[in-house]
Amino acid sequence: MTTELLLKLPYFTVVVLTLLGLAAMIFKRNLIKILMGLSLMESAVNLFLVATGYRTGGVAPIFTNAPSPHMTLPTVQALTLTSIVIGVATSAMMLSFAMVIYKKYGTVDADKVKKLKG
Amino acid sequence: MKMTKIVRTTADVFYPFCLVFGLYVVIHGHLTPGGGFQGGAVMATGAALLIVAHAYTDVTRRIRKTALKILEAIGLMMFLFAGLSGILFERPFMGNWMALTGKLFGTPVAHGPNPGDLNTAGLLPLLNLGVGIEVLGGLTIILLYMLSGIKEEKQP
Amino acid sequence: MMKIALYATILLVLFGGLTYIVADLPFGAPPVSDMDDYFIRNGQEQTGANNIVTSIVFDFRGFDTLGEATVLFTAVLGVGMMFRKMKEGEEYEND
Repeated sequence: MTTELLLKLPYFTVVVLTLLGLAAMIFKRNLIKILMGLSLMESAVNLFLVATGYRTGGVAPIFTNAPSPHMTLPTVQALTLTSIVIGVATSAMMLSFAMVIYKKYGTVDADKVKKLKG
Repeated sequence: MKMTKIVRTTADVFYPFCLVFGLYVVIHGHLTPGGGFQGGAVMATGAALLIVAHAYTDVTRRIRKTALKILEAIGLMMFLFAGLSGILFERPFMGNWMALTGKLFGTPVAHGPNPGDLNTAGLLPLLNLGVGIEVLGGLTIILLYMLSGIKEEKQP
Repeated sequence: MMKIALYATILLVLFGGLTYIVADLPFGAPPVSDMDDYFIRNGQEQTGANNIVTSIVFDFRGFDTLGEATVLFTAVLGVGMMFRKMKEGEEYEND
């Protein structure tokens, strides 16, 4: 089982990154550290998407001076582009939320920002 | 809070090279790896270099937020109108009516591996340019807004 | 203390379960690839671009790129709304 797992090393890295991001989101109380965990999980999903479309011995699907006509799958790479840009957009919004929360409460501890109104 | 003189001078010398390289990645999007989003991020890195090296008052005097908002809106409008121009020429929305016809971006492409020609691929360079300008304006505006929320410490 | 031990146990169980599932996925030879073979064979003569990934992002699936550009625009709009200038009488406590 371990040799089989070492042959599929990108998938194992995806599992480790996802669980590290999930542990950061559960066990930490600072809002910035929770956002770092979310960014780790997004990176793991992007790696999984790209690793799905790999062909052994293939080159990039670009015809300009291509070394060989044996290419990897191009559709998954297009999906990963969109996913990365959406990750940037959500990270920007959440970080500006964290800055405004600090201005109003004086702390970024997730256990202390509990007032619903006022 | 500004950096030392060496850092400021290096940033002033280096940021045009970042902008030119980003524009190269955007324009050659249909020949080499790259395209609109990647080239726009490289161009925004050049602007981020300026923001990090200089003080906040100097940066807002040089890069105005209004100009960047207009730039971002022009980028998205260029994307939309290039897509709508397909309807004028009896194709679906965003249909590639310029490819392989021989006029503006329309040289035919040989089949298989070949050294690339810049004059190919129809509507794709215009769409790449629109998205690149929009990403440059958008990411720089995000950085400037976040910089304005930081409280300045009084220098001793 | 009990809550932390419970969460750690759940994470370890998830680790074992995910590793067991991932060991069965094929890597290096995707079983179904008809759509991508069509794109690689006909992408150059239908679009005129050498870069197949760009021709998928902007020509074969250009509608998704329109949605993505709108999402980026909306994110910039949201960030600009967060940092507005305060009117008279409104202010934050720890500015």
